[in-house]
Amino acid sequence: MDAAARHRSPALKIFSALFIIIWLVIAAFPFLWTFWGSFKVELDFFSKADWMNALTGPLTVLKAGSPFTGEGYEGAWIQEEFWRAVLNSFLVCFFVVCTSLTIGTLGGYALSRSGFRYTIWLLIIALIFRALPQMTLVSGYLLPFFEWNLWGILPTSIIVLVAINQPFTLWMLHSFFEKIPKDLDEAAMVDGCTRFQAFRHVIIPVMWPGVITTGLFSFLLAYNDFIVTSMLLSKENQTMVPKIASFLGTTQTEGNVMFAVAAVVSATAPLFVLVMFFQRQIVSGLTAGAVKG
Amino acid sequence: MKHKTFFWFFLPTGLAMLLFIALPIVSVVIQSVYTPHEQVIIEVENCGPFGCTKATTVDNEATAALREAQPLGRFVGLDLYFNRGHLATQEIAASWSSSASIGEFFSDIFNLPFYRALAFTLTYTFVVTPLLIVLGFVIAVAVNNLSTWLKGPVIFFSLLPMIVTPLVGSLILFWMVDSRGVLGAALQYLANDPGLSLKSSTPLTWIMLMVYGVWSSAPFAFVVFYAGLQTLPQDTLESAMIDGATRWQRIRYVVIPHLMPLVTFVALIQLMDNFRVFEPVVGFKAEAHATTLSWIIFNDLGGETRLLSSAATTSVLTIIGIAILLLPVLVRTWRDFNAKT
Amino acid sequence: MTVGFGLALRPPTGEDLMKTVTKSIFAASLMLAGSQFAYMTPALADGHAKCAVESGRISIVGNEFPAIQTVGKGVMECAKDGVEVKTNLTADHQKINVAGMTGNPAEYTSAIVANSSIVALMNDDLIRPLDDLVAKFGGNLKPNQLVSVNGKVMAVAFMANAQHLVFRKDILEKAGLTPPKTYEEMIAGGKKIKEMGLLENPLGGPYAAGWNLAQEFVNMYIGHGGEFYKAGSAEVSINNEQGVAALDMLKQVASLSNPDYLTHDSNGTSAEWKAGNMAMMNMWGSRVEPLKSADGSTEEVAASTDIAGPMTVGGGSIPATTLWWDGFTISKNISDEDAEATFKAYMHAIRPDIIKDEEVSKQAVWLLDGYQPTDAAKGVFAAAQGGAKPYPMLPYHGLLHSALGAELPDYLQGKEDAAKTLADVEAAYNAAAKEQGFLN
Repeated sequence: MDAAARHRSPALKIFSALFIIIWLVIAAFPFLWTFWGSFKVELDFFSKADWMNALTGPLTVLKAGSPFTGEGYEGAWIQEEFWRAVLNSFLVCFFVVCTSLTIGTLGGYALSRSGFRYTIWLLIIALIFRALPQMTLVSGYLLPFFEWNLWGILPTSIIVLVAINQPFTLWMLHSFFEKIPKDLDEAAMVDGCTRFQAFRHVIIPVMWPGVITTGLFSFLLAYNDFIVTSMLLSKENQTMVPKIASFLGTTQTEGNVMFAVAAVVSATAPLFVLVMFFQRQIVSGLTAGAVKG
Repeated sequence: MKHKTFFWFFLPTGLAMLLFIALPIVSVVIQSVYTPHEQVIIEVENCGPFGCTKATTVDNEATAALREAQPLGRFVGLDLYFNRGHLATQEIAASWSSSASIGEFFSDIFNLPFYRALAFTLTYTFVVTPLLIVLGFVIAVAVNNLSTWLKGPVIFFSLLPMIVTPLVGSLILFWMVDSRGVLGAALQYLANDPGLSLKSSTPLTWIMLMVYGVWSSAPFAFVVFYAGLQTLPQDTLESAMIDGATRWQRIRYVVIPHLMPLVTFVALIQLMDNFRVFEPVVGFKAEAHATTLSWIIFNDLGGETRLLSSAATTSVLTIIGIAILLLPVLVRTWRDFNAKT
Repeated sequence: MTVGFGLALRPPTGEDLMKTVTKSIFAASLMLAGSQFAYMTPALADGHAKCAVESGRISIVGNEFPAIQTVGKGVMECAKDGVEVKTNLTADHQKINVAGMTGNPAEYTSAIVANSSIVALMNDDLIRPLDDLVAKFGGNLKPNQLVSVNGKVMAVAFMANAQHLVFRKDILEKAGLTPPKTYEEMIAGGKKIKEMGLLENPLGGPYAAGWNLAQEFVNMYIGHGGEFYKAGSAEVSINNEQGVAALDMLKQVASLSNPDYLTHDSNGTSAEWKAGNMAMMNMWGSRVEPLKSADGSTEEVAASTDIAGPMTVGGGSIPATTLWWDGFTISKNISDEDAEATFKAYMHAIRPDIIKDEEVSKQAVWLLDGYQPTDAAKGVFAAAQGGAKPYPMLPYHGLLHSALGAELPDYLQGKEDAAKTLADVEAAYNAAAKEQGFLN
């Protein structure tokens, strides 16, 4: 679009900028607060006396000698070996995203290109499948998984996460594929490609914005999951979120909340890199180009 | 697409869903109509570190025979669906005939766990879903107008509410809204009421949970709409501009219709997720003021004695509830589909 | 033979060595100890306690607090050629232990449980009587460690816990009070502290809706001398004078607590305490240690935090608290060999020596032979000596606990009266007990 088309009234520009700023404050404030507070001691960050303590850290000064302390990070990463959980999380996320997208794109593409009535029924059934609360689902898995010796290992959790997330992936990819004109692959098939070749050579190159967005959600699902990973993984295979939960303590024993806070902050850093990397793929508007070509 | 081709394309995802979702659903439905067999209880003496006490225990030898005869348990039909923990038909009938006023009748109904949870769940769903869709849309349009180098960081920070683990996210927010936390203190200052506590008042707890719901799910709507905006047909937009359409008219007649399928999609997913809301209730320790259907399931499964059949029943009711909730959207999807073919 | 000999000769320094050596190296050196004992350097041979397990599979599920971690580590020392050892210590243990012990052979050869959670395993007939194993290998156990049901040993307890009074010496002194012996004294003291303007909300406790609040009711109801069930049956009867009195006392405590008390679980209550906002509370013995150490709290609070035995209520003589034990059970659905291996591994892990390590001895109120109560343990001991009752170990009590946790907040928030709340609890319990087959 040329510059003239982008022209907006100054009032609108200011309003838009103001809105974004307010939103960013609302969205990021708790996280920035947490980031700042992760270098304090628990009594400061979760102060029940005065919230200013979380900013200034009088007790941190008292205990650590300076207003900042790396105790939480040290405890989480060295004492509690948080890196193991990071590694496991990385494995789970990587395989969940790959598997989910592979079988999801195949299914989603088929659903968008088949005109038969059963496709809409399949989509609706998939949606109803998604309605079952995960807790019930997971407690139903326990017995058979123990019986077949599948409990506690990473592949089981990966497959379960993929399956649980398939209805969402299918719906999302289906709506993105709907946006890619049918003429594209049909033209390729007229030229003598099989359906799969048409998918491979014509559709795959233009599907990335949708796939990456869907992948982002698959990733976040696997990354943030608590119910599946806390109940289906043994302690040594634990991913980050259950590990963080284990820092929080139980009814009868005190946990170490600052370990959890430090762990949360350090676990968010790789996501920053990831989003910065992939946002260009979303922005680049590949689909729009494909429509014209 | 030919049936055969479709079959092979769909097989992997279909198989995954069949094994890990469809089969469990079948077992959940079966579980909801069977309950554990009658327990034979005997009186015994228990001894331990703190001396001996008279107690009871389950006579395992006697119950083993029962277990053998009925491996699934007792068949109770739909009894559980109508008992006090669920639809409570008897209690409602009794209250209808005994209560003096309609107000009393309703207070009786909302004293029953299922209806109390349903009341909050529905309120939450219908307040949070539209708000987050609107908010997500506005953010998407605003971010789309930013210059390219700003987009990356803004997208990242916009995603933060979704990224930070709800477990710890709610822990920190829970502290922030404490009457001595930063947000709680700010609210007390704004309301000019030093005794104000979000956590001890039912209406304020409801509002807090809903604000959290919008805050944590708006990024989802934002990302979907933002991706949708990237596929906006530029020629339509340009021709609209040549025709002299104002900015608002372009959004109204070009952008929104283009995003409509995505709005439907976000509405479907979010209606469902909000109906199953659970984590904020636990994270904000709000169960004294607000319970949800998923929380009931959690409570049934989390006790010392797990109520599997009761949890299964609530799960089936949740699925039915979601099916009813989604019906209008599904009918619409169905019509669109038929119109196309 | 040689291994048992090693155990007897083991000097106390072994525990320190164990901490410095990483798990894998340690396991490897133990393997060495098993197969090539003769070639070992004397220093290493002396440095380890020997685990007497020669073969079998050991797999444990349990909670993850420090004392259980110590037991878990002790069990891990038994890993060697031919002995497979796994531990899965997690806060979610109760959600997986029943499923994990149901198969045959069961995934877990043992679950670490408490008196409330053992019933779920007994109800499903998943654990075996331990009498023969105790007779053969339990020489180090004290008789009071054995938990028996109907004359059969079903679990071996190794630690105890109870809720009791925690108070601030300095504030009580300022108000001219002595540590209360009864809840009535505590309420009066709380009012005085509030009137003197020393603290806004002087009382507190884990009153969070759900499990915590139900636990406080159980304490209070027992303190009033109430019986939860009609004798020998699963028929609940709490809608009575004692029930109403217990609720009333909970409300009185709540009225002097922070207004957010329904969200204060033990973590939240501890945080309030550390911030110096409370003067008296009924708290878990296992949580006292961090409150009294300057590391986890402020100097002022830590120095003046003290504990005493649990209070009585309503003129009763039984303290308004419950006694708890944690101990191990052994699966029914495993081979006798694995059961024996697991039992022996525990005997190694909870041998009385372990409490010679000061850190370990501070982790819990151990029930092991030779345990000297630390300063933080005197409250739990006072509870046991004061005639407190154990938490009811009944097949259906978990259902009542859940019902209490869900229904009691209505009363405390003033939405309904005590009789109505108690009737609701009974109705909720009856529905659940009927479903589980305890009532018809």
